[in-house]
Amino acid sequence: MNVIEADKLTKRFGNFTAVDKISFEVKKGEIFGFLGANGAGKTTAMRILCGLSQPTSGQARVAGFDIYKGTEQIKRHIGYMSQKFSLYGDLKVWENIRLFGGIYGLSDKQLKEKTDEMLFTLQMEDRRDALVDSLPLGWKQKLAFSVAVVHDPQIVFLDEPTGGVDPVTRRQFWELIYQAAERGITVFVTTHYMDEAEYCDRVSIMVDGRIDALDSPKALKRKFNSSSMDEVFYSLARKAQRGE
Amino acid sequence: MNNIRILRLLLEKEFKQIGRDSLMPRLIVLMPVIQLIILPFAANFEMKNVNLAIVDNDRSVVTAQLTDKIISSGYFRLTALESSYENALPFMENNNADIIFEYPLAMEKDLGQEGSVTVSITANAVNGTKAGLGSSYLASIIRQYNLEQTLSTATAPVQIKSTHLFNHHLDYKAYMVPGIMAFLLTLIGGFLSALNIVAEKEKGTIEQINVTPVPKSIFLLSKLVPFWIIGLILLAFGMLTAWVIYGFVPVGNILTIYLFAAIYLIALTGLGLAVSAISTTQQQAMFTMFFCAMIFALLSGLFTPISSMPQWAQTITLFNPIRYFVEVMRMIYLKGSYLTDIADHLLIVCGFAVFFNAIAILGYRKKRG
Repeated sequence: MNVIEADKLTKRFGNFTAVDKISFEVKKGEIFGFLGANGAGKTTAMRILCGLSQPTSGQARVAGFDIYKGTEQIKRHIGYMSQKFSLYGDLKVWENIRLFGGIYGLSDKQLKEKTDEMLFTLQMEDRRDALVDSLPLGWKQKLAFSVAVVHDPQIVFLDEPTGGVDPVTRRQFWELIYQAAERGITVFVTTHYMDEAEYCDRVSIMVDGRIDALDSPKALKRKFNSSSMDEVFYSLARKAQRGE
Repeated sequence: MNNIRILRLLLEKEFKQIGRDSLMPRLIVLMPVIQLIILPFAANFEMKNVNLAIVDNDRSVVTAQLTDKIISSGYFRLTALESSYENALPFMENNNADIIFEYPLAMEKDLGQEGSVTVSITANAVNGTKAGLGSSYLASIIRQYNLEQTLSTATAPVQIKSTHLFNHHLDYKAYMVPGIMAFLLTLIGGFLSALNIVAEKEKGTIEQINVTPVPKSIFLLSKLVPFWIIGLILLAFGMLTAWVIYGFVPVGNILTIYLFAAIYLIALTGLGLAVSAISTTQQQAMFTMFFCAMIFALLSGLFTPISSMPQWAQTITLFNPIRYFVEVMRMIYLKGSYLTDIADHLLIVCGFAVFFNAIAILGYRKKRG
C-alpha cells in the first residue's frame, strides 16, 4: 500500500521551477530518503506534501487524501519536523508535549502516558520541567522528533533533522527513527549525510528539481557501479546546473 | 468540542509565554501608571512661563502698575526690562523672550490728555501656540486693566460671565486623562498583538502550528483573547490610577465604559493581528503599527479638537477607531453619558471589529504560494 503518491508534481516561483514534474510512491512503513544538493527542491517538495505550499501543477495523495482538497485531513495524519527548530523554547518540555499532543486530540490521560513513555525513552525524565531553550541542540532535535510522532501519524516528514548534530546523537536519532518505523510510521526524511542515506529502505536523489534516481541504496550503488552512496550522490549531483 | 480543547491548550500556551516574558508583565503594569502620571501634565495646553521682555519707554506709575499686573497673572516670566525695542530684540533672537511688550513714550501723559494710547505686542511665532496664547493672555490683562480704569468714571460696560459645563474648572487633566486611557488600550491591543504572531513567524514555530490541524480562526482567537483580557485589566488599572492620583471617577456608568472597551479591544487586536498576518518580520509589523498609531493619535481629537481641523481631516477621523473611544471616554467620564448616547459610537466600533478581524483571518494563510 502506498501512503504517498506523487504524479508530475510541479512548483514554479515565477520563471524558476523549483520542483519539476516529480513522480514517486512511498510505501507504508518505509524509511524513504529524499536526497539532493542545497537548492535541488527537496524542502519545497516536502512542504507541498505537508500542505504548507500549493503546487503549480501535478497530482499527489498523502495518507489517502488529495493535496488540493484534503490538506486539513492530511494534517491530521502526518507529523512534521522542519529544518528550523520549531518547538516553543519558552515552554517546558512537558508543556510542548502536552500542547502538540493535545492539538491532535490526545486526552489528558493519554498525554500523561505518552509524556512518561517519551521522557523514559529519551532518558530525559529529569528534564521534564526544563525550558526547551535550555536543552542542548541534540536533545532538542530528539525531543522535536518525538513530539512530531506523539500522535502516531501515518507519515512523519523530517527536513534535515540531524543538521548540526554530533555523530553519537545522530546515531541515537536514527534509532528513534527505526523505532517509529517499527510502530508502522512511514518516515520521509531529507538529509545531506550519505551515511544516513544508507540507513534508508529506498532513496531518491533530486537534481535541479527532478528526481534523477530512485531505488534502494544497494541497487543504486550497483547501478552506478559505486562502493558508497557518497559516490552515487556525487556522480549525480555534479551534473547540477543550479548553484546555491 | 475538539476545537474548544485546542483553544484552551493554545491559551494555556499564550499565558505561560506572556508570564515568562521578562519584560511584558512589567510593561503591562508600568505603562498605565507612567502614562497617566506624566502625560496629563506634559500635554497641558494651559500656557505658563511665557517669556516676556518689556520695553518701558515711559517709566511712569501707570507702566509700573501694568507690569505688576502682568507678572502677577502667573502666565509670564519677565526675562528682560529694556529701554528700547532694539535692545529687547536680541532676547527674542536668542529665544529668551517669546513676546516683547512695548509701552510708548510718554504713555502716562498721553493717557491723561487724550484718553487712549497704543501699546505694542510682538510675538515670536516660531512656536505658534505659545505666541498666540501668550498674546491673547496679554490682551485680556490689558482689557481688564482698561475696565478697572474706566469703571470709576464711565458707566459699567457689559461684562461677560462664562460657565464651563461638565468641566467646571476647565481642568485640562480631567479632559486628558480619559483620552489617554483610550490611547493606552489602543497600544496594548494593537501593538502587542501585532508583534506576537510575527514573532512566531520569525522563530519558525508558526510552521509547526500550520502543519497541524489547528483551524486558523482558533489560532487567531488564541492570540486575541490574551490581549483582550490584559486590556480590560489595564483599563481597571488606569481608572484606579486616575482615581488615586487625580480623584477622577467617571460620572457615568463604569459598565458602559467596559462594554465599549471590550468591543474596542476586539477591533484593535484585530488590526494588530491583520498587520502581523501580512508582515513577515517584527520590524515590518512594528513600523506599520507605528505609522497607524501616529495618524490615529493625531487625528483622534486627543490633543487637538476635531472640530477645528479642516474638513478633509475631519472626514479622515471618521475612519479612525481611536476617535470614537476618546470621545466615548470623555462623554462618560465628564458628562455621564448613557449607553443610548454612545450607541452610534458602539455600532461603528463593532463595524471596525468585524472589518479588522476579517482581514486578519483572510490575510493569515496556513498555506503559502
